[in-house]
Amino acid sequence: MFHPALGHYLTVAAVLFGLGLFTAVTRRNVIGMLLGVELIVNAAALNFIAFDHFVAGAAGGKGTGQVFALIVVTFAASQAAIALAIVLHVYRTHRTVAADELTELRH
Amino acid sequence: MGRLDPGAAAFAALALLTLGSAAVVALARNLIHSCVALAGALAGVAGLYVLLAADFAAAVQLLVYAGGTVALFLIAAMVTTRMDHVSTSNLPGARRAAGFATGLLLIGLASISLRTVWPTQDLAPVPSTAKLGHALLGDYALPFELAALVFLAGVIGAVTIARRAVRP
Repeated sequence: MFHPALGHYLTVAAVLFGLGLFTAVTRRNVIGMLLGVELIVNAAALNFIAFDHFVAGAAGGKGTGQVFALIVVTFAASQAAIALAIVLHVYRTHRTVAADELTELRH
Repeated sequence: MGRLDPGAAAFAALALLTLGSAAVVALARNLIHSCVALAGALAGVAGLYVLLAADFAAAVQLLVYAGGTVALFLIAAMVTTRMDHVSTSNLPGARRAAGFATGLLLIGLASISLRTVWPTQDLAPVPSTAKLGHALLGDYALPFELAALVFLAGVIGAVTIARRAVRP
């Protein structure tokens, strides 16, 4: 009988990470790249929670993996807010958010 | 063919939702479609958290990520992308290189995880919010406060960067 174990969750997280990396590398639009970064961060948080649940005596069984995942979500949310604010500002000055057209730092 | 138990069926459905949505994020031509599919992927990860007895993390994932961050992405995508330009968002020729790199990475991860033996246990999926609360306000009080500080600084920084410059 099939029963989801640690390996299954790690596989899902690894494929999620791979898709995120693919997105971040292939997108031309900066917002598309950030979508890929969000997928990568989620794969990492899923790994933390899977290890916390399955590995015996993980850091004393105090839920350390879940604490890590919550802090990862917090940092990813503030990272998205700052990155999108920068994107809006760049769009206002350069009128584009295509990564290959943004070749100068100053305007 | 053996009967699936409900947990396994839920895992299969959630993994399919997560990875299918993530594939749409990675491959869709239209950026708006990618942003909406990101909500599906994040909701699928939240469901996997529930199966892993991390109910509070699942709620945070749905509220902060699938609710807030995706809305932020959608607004930013709609404001900054010309609608006639929205579908031409991929670099030409980069897909093969990116697929190669991703495949290499997955092979590396698979070989590492197949060779490692973890001391696994089989836990009953009981709610863990109380344990998490004790951990956040006990052993991990300092990281918790630091995360709050980083979040505050991030919000202030985002507002400062995004507002229009005020002319004197």
